Amino acid sequence: MSKQIKDFRGTPLRESDFQEGKVLYVHDALRGEYAWDTGIAIGHYLASLKKGVILGARCDHCRKIVVPPRTVCEWCFRPLTEYVPLQDTGTVNTFSICYVTWDVKRVEKPEIPAVIEIDGASPGHGILHKLGEVNPEDVTIGMRVQAVWKPAEEREGAITDILYWRPLKEVEKR
Amino acid sequence: MGMRKVAVVGAGMTKFVRRAQETGKELSWEAVRMALDSCEMTIDNIEAVCMGTAPDAFDGLHMKAEYLSDGAGAWLKPYMRSYVGGGTGIFAPIQGWYHVASGLFDTCLVVCEEKMSSFYPHAQAAFLTIFDHTTERALKPNLLWIFALEMNRYMHTYGVRKEDIARVSVLHKRNAADHPCALLGEPDITVEDVLNSEVLAWPVQRYDVSPVSDGAVAIILAAEHVARRITDKPVWIEGVGWCLDTAYWTNRDLCYPRYVEVAARMAYEMAGITEPRKQIDIAEPYDPFDYKALHHLEGLQLADRGQAVQLYIDGTAARTGNMPVCPSGGLLGVGNPIAAAGLMKIAELFWQLRGEAGARQVPGNPRRGVAQAWGDLMQVGTVVVMGR
Repeated sequence: MSKQIKDFRGTPLRESDFQEGKVLYVHDALRGEYAWDTGIAIGHYLASLKKGVILGARCDHCRKIVVPPRTVCEWCFRPLTEYVPLQDTGTVNTFSICYVTWDVKRVEKPEIPAVIEIDGASPGHGILHKLGEVNPEDVTIGMRVQAVWKPAEEREGAITDILYWRPLKEVEKR
Repeated sequence: MGMRKVAVVGAGMTKFVRRAQETGKELSWEAVRMALDSCEMTIDNIEAVCMGTAPDAFDGLHMKAEYLSDGAGAWLKPYMRSYVGGGTGIFAPIQGWYHVASGLFDTCLVVCEEKMSSFYPHAQAAFLTIFDHTTERALKPNLLWIFALEMNRYMHTYGVRKEDIARVSVLHKRNAADHPCALLGEPDITVEDVLNSEVLAWPVQRYDVSPVSDGAVAIILAAEHVARRITDKPVWIEGVGWCLDTAYWTNRDLCYPRYVEVAARMAYEMAGITEPRKQIDIAEPYDPFDYKALHHLEGLQLADRGQAVQLYIDGTAARTGNMPVCPSGGLLGVGNPIAAAGLMKIAELFWQLRGEAGARQVPGNPRRGVAQAWGDLMQVGTVVVMGR
């Protein structure tokens, strides 16, 4: 009975109430450490990244190739048994130009996260990564891009073995 | 289906504030007390309690629903917490609904609480662990990314302009100016204000985003024979639906929330709704970001794909329009204490359909409304249809 209620409860506080000691509080920093197993499919994916290859997986029943690879197709719930090497080129599906950190502090150089559809995977199948070697104003959806890899000896089997994706230059377009 | 009719018979809420002096337990208690008082019930009349509250990480308290239970009135009662990310505030009443519809209980109290301010310095950090730990977190993503990526994809696919999306933020924040619990009601805000606000993660700007908040909401559900004794204005839960899409979010087209469509179709079928655009009088789609309200209106089948913004342009979405959208002020205006924000939409439909929404009242004796929430890694849709 919203209109009959005049006194909604809840007491707003300001940052200054803490600084000036008007309210008491307890501060603590919790620390959790984890070591995650990569699993079967992502284990293959990471091992393949170390070799400079992006790996997908094929579902023969749904006739599609997904990336990153997984052991089960969520569409038909049949096992995905075949890994498929994909290209290290792709198309920007969507992107953002991010000017802040997670706690909303300004950054000097904006980051350009993007979903990149990987060549060789089924249409619409992409991964999250970042764009580089490009002016933020020049990025468009549909732009063709290519992975920039770490030098082979520095790769460790991680998504960061790809440093970023840069625009595919005209001469390189296949 | 052999299920009993279930009505909402009471509702209560606290103010939504950036940081509340009250603990989560105290906020829960205030909302529950108001809900009980609103229908002249006592806690002894409540047979079971459902709690909706978001990640324990916000509070730094493991099993926080158990901690909250005393304030939520659950002492020595059947009690269960549900959590489906941002979708929780609409899922908790669904859970309460099946507690009663099944015949197991005649009354059920549903409480949703969120206290996001405890996380220091900013609750955003609690969201960082939503990303895949192996394939995504190494890229150091922040939560704004997924919204910015989705918003850009939506704008690009349908050619929706930012200056039109800003109308959503304007309408909701103006509506919220009439809500006594609102954190960000702004009666004079304009599209220019939204477009001139700080760019966070293009295309997302400061005023495209709802504020983190503390708050609690409670509603009371009752089986038909009990509801009719409690009130002569029960508001029935006519349909419920929920659905989860794949967690491989980069493998699906972000321009359209098919999980909302599946959930909406489930709820509409149960409610006997065949033409939602004609049969829904009020919509409360989930609006943590302005474009999300449009996205969800389309998933709810209340607009064609890419066309939801027309409802704002032609006035349909206004409080006096043919199908008001977020007359409460939504998350953009009232605030976004995750689970509580969703249940606030249910409370709003309850007040609107009873004609008790005061300055926010939609004219014309609205008969039916739909509320929806969304969450997890952009994958869950929860929908409730209410009518009188």
